[in-house]
Amino acid sequence: MTEHTSSGSGAAAPLLPAEVVAHRAEYWRRNLRYVSVLLGVWFLVSYGFGIILADTLNAFRLPGTNYPLGFWFAQQGAIYVFVILIFVYVALMNRLDREFDVDEQEDA
Amino acid sequence: MNVQSWTFLLVAASFALYIGIAIWSRASTTKDFYVAGTGVSPLANGMATAADWMSAASFISMAGLISFMGYDGSVYLMGWTGGYVLLALLLAPYLRKYGAFTVPDFVGDRYYSKLARVVAVVCAIFISFTYVAGQMRGVGIVFGRFLEVDINTGVFIGMAIVFFYAVLGGMKGITYTQVAQYCVLIFAYMVPAIYLSILITGNPIPQLGLGGVDQASGVALLERLNGLHLELGFGPYTSGTKSTLDVFFITAALMVGTAGLPHVIIRFYTVPRVRDARISAGWALLFISLLYTTAPAVAVFARTNLINSVNNVPYASVPNWFTNWEATGLVEFDDVNGDGRIQFVGPESSVTNELRVDNDIMVLANPEIAGLPDWVVGLVAAGGLAAALSTAAGLLLVISSAVSHDLLKRVLVPEITEKGELLAARVAAGVAVLVAGYFGMHPPGFVAQVVAFAFGLAASSFFPVILLGIFSKRTTREGAILGMISGISFTAAYIVYFKFIRPDLNSAAHWWFGISPEGIGTLGMLINFAITATVSRVTPAPPVHVQVLVDLIRVPRGAGEAHELSA
Repeated sequence: MTEHTSSGSGAAAPLLPAEVVAHRAEYWRRNLRYVSVLLGVWFLVSYGFGIILADTLNAFRLPGTNYPLGFWFAQQGAIYVFVILIFVYVALMNRLDREFDVDEQEDA
Repeated sequence: MNVQSWTFLLVAASFALYIGIAIWSRASTTKDFYVAGTGVSPLANGMATAADWMSAASFISMAGLISFMGYDGSVYLMGWTGGYVLLALLLAPYLRKYGAFTVPDFVGDRYYSKLARVVAVVCAIFISFTYVAGQMRGVGIVFGRFLEVDINTGVFIGMAIVFFYAVLGGMKGITYTQVAQYCVLIFAYMVPAIYLSILITGNPIPQLGLGGVDQASGVALLERLNGLHLELGFGPYTSGTKSTLDVFFITAALMVGTAGLPHVIIRFYTVPRVRDARISAGWALLFISLLYTTAPAVAVFARTNLINSVNNVPYASVPNWFTNWEATGLVEFDDVNGDGRIQFVGPESSVTNELRVDNDIMVLANPEIAGLPDWVVGLVAAGGLAAALSTAAGLLLVISSAVSHDLLKRVLVPEITEKGELLAARVAAGVAVLVAGYFGMHPPGFVAQVVAFAFGLAASSFFPVILLGIFSKRTTREGAILGMISGISFTAAYIVYFKFIRPDLNSAAHWWFGISPEGIGTLGMLINFAITATVSRVTPAPPVHVQVLVDLIRVPRGAGEAHELSA
C-alpha cells in the first residue's frame, strides 16, 4: 500500500492505477447501497411508524402486550431497531471490507 | 442511616473513584490529551460515549418531561437515539480514518481554508458553552436538594472534581472516568425503575411493565393512565397534541443535532481503527438505549404515582417528600377554592388546577414518592451527579482543544512546541471550568432554552458540511463556508426572534409552516445543504490533494493517519 505517498502528478490525473480506481468505486457503490437501505428502515420505524402513522397504528396493540402500537414504536420499538441497524451495518461493512481487500491489517 | 447519610456516603465514594481513575490515567502527550492516544477499546469507548452523551438533562429532566408531555415526549426518545444511526453510518468511520484531533480540524483541512476552520471553532465553542452551563446547574440542583448545601458550594465542589481529572488527564482521564460514571448512572437509574415496575405492575423489567397491567386496578397500565388523564382533564397520554409536522421537524433537529455535536464526534477519534469506530457507535447506542427505553416507563410510573398520591388529598396530610420539595420551590400548591385539598387537574377540567410540579423533580423525587429505601434515594443523587459531570468534562475538552489545537497550533502560533501546546490545552481546560462554574452559580435565565439552541445550531452548521465533505468530492470551500454561515444564522435568528425578542408571538399561529423554534434546526440544515451544494457547483473544484484525501478516507485500509499523509 504505497500508492498514497506519490505526489506531484498532473492536476486531474488519478494517483491510483485505473483498476484500483474502478475497484474502489465499486466498493463505494456497495457501501452507499447498504447505507440507503438501512437508513430507509431507520426512517420507516421512526418517522413512518412512530410519527406519521402513529395515530393509525394506535388502533392496534403490540401482540402480547397492552402497548398501543404507534406509541410503542415512538417510545420503545424505534430505539430497539436503531441499535440493531448499527450492528447489522457493522457486520455488513466488515464483510465488504474483506471482500474488497480494504480491511485494516491487525498491526495497523 | 437516613437519606442524607446515604447520599453523603454514595456521592463521596463515587467522587473518590473518579479521582483515583484520574491519577491513574494522566496524559503526557497532546495525543493523550486530545484523543486518549487513540488506544481506547471499542466497548470502553461505547460506555464513555454513553456517559458523555447522557447529561443532567437525560438523567434528571427527560423522564419528567415525557411524563408531562405523554406521546409528544417521543421527540426526545427518538431524537436523542436516532442520531447515532446517522453518526455510525455516515460520519464516525470516515472521521476516524481521517484521524484528526478535533472537529474544526477536519473542517479546516477538508475545506483547505483557515476561515472554515475558524468558523468551525466559533460554532464548537458556542455550542459547548451553552451545553456546559446546564450541566453545572444540574450539579447545583442535586447538591442543593440532597446534601442541603448551598447551590454555589455544590457547583464549586463539582468544578473542583472536573478540574482535577479534565486538566490532569485530558481525554484519557475523561474517558476512563466516563466509563465509571456510566456504570454509576445506569445502576442509579435502573434500581428505582425496577423497584417501581415491580410495585406497580409486578414485572421486574420496566420496558415490559410499561406494556403490562396495573396491579392496583387490574386494568392495562397505559389504559389506566389514559383514563385518569381524561377524568382530570389532561389530554390522553398515548396520543399527542403537537402537529405531526412539528413532531417530525423537532425529532429530525434533535437527531441531526446529535450527530453534529462536537463532544460526541470526538469520542470516535479515540479508538484505534475504523472498524472500532463503527462498532463502538453500536455499543454506545446499546448502552444509551438501556436508559432511553426505561425512561418512558419511569415517566408513566411517576405520573400514575403522582396523581394517585396527591390528587384530592388534604393538604394537611401530604407525604413527606411533598413538603421537602416544596421547600425548594419546585412544588407549589395554591388552594384556589379554599377546600384544604389539592386539586391536580388538566386544562380541560371544570375545576381549577392548584398544583404546579416542576418536571425536573420527577426522577429525583420518584423513589421518595414510591417510598423506596433511603439508600436508593442517595444512589439517584450520585447518578445525577455522574451524568452531569461526565458530560461537562467532555464539553470542556472540546472547548480546550478548539483553543489550544485549532486556534493556537493551527492558526495563530504554528511553531508552538508539543510541550507548549499541552500546557495551553491544560490552561484552556482550566479557564473553561471556571467559566462554566460561573454560569452554574449565576445561571443566565435562558439556560433551559439555549439547550434546544445547541442542537439546532449543531444540526444547521456541522452536520451538512461534514457529510458533504465525505460523500461529495465536488464540495468546495466557498460552498461549505457560505452553507455553515447561512444555516447557523438562519436557525439562530429564528430562535432568538421567538425566544427572546418576541416571546409573546411564540405559538403555532405565528411559526413558519407551524415549525417551532425547537424544530427549526431541520430547516436550517436543509438551507445549509442547498447552499453548500449550489455554491459548490459554480466555484472551482477542490484541489487534487483534497480529492485524494476524500478517496483515502472512504476506505478503511491505509498506513498511518490520513491527515498526516495529506499534509
